[in-house]
Amino acid sequence: MTTYIIRRLVMMVPILIGISILSFGIMYAAPGKPTVLNLDPSISVEDRERQMERLGLNDPVHIQYLRWMGNVLQGDLGHSFTRKQPVTKLIMDRLPNTIVLMVVSTFLAVIIAIPFGVLSATRQYSKLDYGVTFTSFIGLATPNFWLGLMLIMLFSVQLGWTPVGGVSTLGADFNLLDRIHHIILPAFVLATADMAGLTRYTRSSMLEVINQDYIRTARAKGFRERTVVYKHGLRNGLIPIITIFGLMLPTFIGGSVVVETLFSWPGIGKLFIDATFERDYPVIMAITMFAAVLTVLGNLIADILYAIMDPRIEY
Amino acid sequence: MSTLLEIKNLKTHFFSKDKVLPVVDGVDFKVKKGETLAIVGESGSGKSITSLSIMGLVPKPGGKIVEGEILFDGKDLVQLSENQMYKVRGNDIAMIFQEPMSSLNPVLTIGEQITEVLIYHKKLSKKEARQKAIELLKIVGFARAEGILDDYPHRLSGGMRQRVMIAMAMSCDPKLLIADEPTTALDVTVQAQILELMKDLSKKFESSIILITHDLGVVAELADRVIVMYAGQVVEESPVVSLFDEPLHPYTQGLLSSIPKLDEERKRLTSIAGNVPSPDSFPKGCRFNTRCPHVMQVCIDKQPDLIEVKPGRKSRCFLHEEGVNSNG
Repeated sequence: MTTYIIRRLVMMVPILIGISILSFGIMYAAPGKPTVLNLDPSISVEDRERQMERLGLNDPVHIQYLRWMGNVLQGDLGHSFTRKQPVTKLIMDRLPNTIVLMVVSTFLAVIIAIPFGVLSATRQYSKLDYGVTFTSFIGLATPNFWLGLMLIMLFSVQLGWTPVGGVSTLGADFNLLDRIHHIILPAFVLATADMAGLTRYTRSSMLEVINQDYIRTARAKGFRERTVVYKHGLRNGLIPIITIFGLMLPTFIGGSVVVETLFSWPGIGKLFIDATFERDYPVIMAITMFAAVLTVLGNLIADILYAIMDPRIEY
Repeated sequence: MSTLLEIKNLKTHFFSKDKVLPVVDGVDFKVKKGETLAIVGESGSGKSITSLSIMGLVPKPGGKIVEGEILFDGKDLVQLSENQMYKVRGNDIAMIFQEPMSSLNPVLTIGEQITEVLIYHKKLSKKEARQKAIELLKIVGFARAEGILDDYPHRLSGGMRQRVMIAMAMSCDPKLLIADEPTTALDVTVQAQILELMKDLSKKFESSIILITHDLGVVAELADRVIVMYAGQVVEESPVVSLFDEPLHPYTQGLLSSIPKLDEERKRLTSIAGNVPSPDSFPKGCRFNTRCPHVMQVCIDKQPDLIEVKPGRKSRCFLHEEGVNSNG
């Protein structure tokens, strides 16, 4: 197992290098120079040129890439073009907010999706099953941004139950209730799509398991349906779910771009979208690479969990 | 010997949108204490559903016991609530299945799967249950029983898994063991070992066995009495020796003559022409009338009853009614 993990970690290196080359190339090919998009329009052409020269943007792409790579290997992610701050600090300031949002929304997705998926499977073709299926398709089909807007309109504007955005009440001291109050809506919106998918996966996985011979054996032992489903069924049914879960990890970054923007949540998603509009190359690259590492790690974690959950898998 | 299980006019039907499938259609038989009763029949004759009906595990939705009684130790299992059945299944009546490869839960260790029954039904502590599980595994032939306990099923061969299934089934000392084709999925040499084991165990534990099989070799090896099922009904009931000596029902005669014999030189195996009719198209009259070599007009008009032809021997055939000789 340990050697397997080490081998997988070593294999991550070429993958990440490949991703970085591709991302750098695509980012560079996107129209709009950093200096054109975000600097004062009254600046003279000569000054702008001087800026480009200073940031090294006049060098050929591969030189720029290698310079960036060289710095990254020394642990330096560079300076933001527009925010005049080290990228590391920018990310570190926002990462906790994003992680909190991810953890809460994952938790929401799991505690809602798995029980409903199981119920849906054990009562296949019942009203509940149809209801859950219908709702999860709606969940899958509803775009995050639209759902977010609607919920803000309903709960924040009309009913006034939740704040419109932000992590906490401005200027107030840390207060857990206040934090929860702020996180409910964005976490729920971020969770919806995954919740819906997870419910469907759990349902189909459990349906398959419930028809297995060992479930019949468990029933023949005289166990109550609850024991049969949760002890003998769910342990098996969760195995494929774990894999999907590992693959879902990076999608939270994608989802957080929309949700964080919508709820003015100061996390990396929002930083990422701002940086993209400003062509803030170092920030874009840093966050892209962060998502890449998360993806590759998510895969590895899924494989490790798989081996833990299923005794038949050995590495 | 007193009667342990008596099944009276059991009808288990399956319901689909517009059809009713009488998969088990009026089955009667008795199992005495300590006896091994074999239920023989082709695929689709209703023998597995009969056994699942006894366990109260008829596949849902769709299947339902619509009529009849299953008297076990004086109680009618059909009338018991689900809560009462939990105490019977795995405790008084245990079952082993055809597929040892997939009948054990792949994510639980052998030990967990055996001890959980003991903890649940016999209220043993974890430690006691583990001790008892080791004993049971030794009885079913594992020399290093302690080592097996913490193994997962995928480490064991088919024969070993079936031994584990048997140990699990015997763990609560059941009065009745239902074995649904216990050796079908195994190698021939392993089959013999498993049969030997079941024979020993039925003596040791003094439990009755219902053995469901389509393998007449297994029947000869293990059974005291045999019932032959065809199209959801019992067509013949007999002690095992007389069944092989002198089969009464034309279907049983057909089954026996399709066994290859060593001392006889034959070019082709004989077989009964045709298939078991499916439950939605059972023929009127005798259900075997589409394949029977002795078919008469009365077989097409009327359904024969299961009647006692000789002491201990019953047959559902007009050939034996009103004193007609079986050889006639």
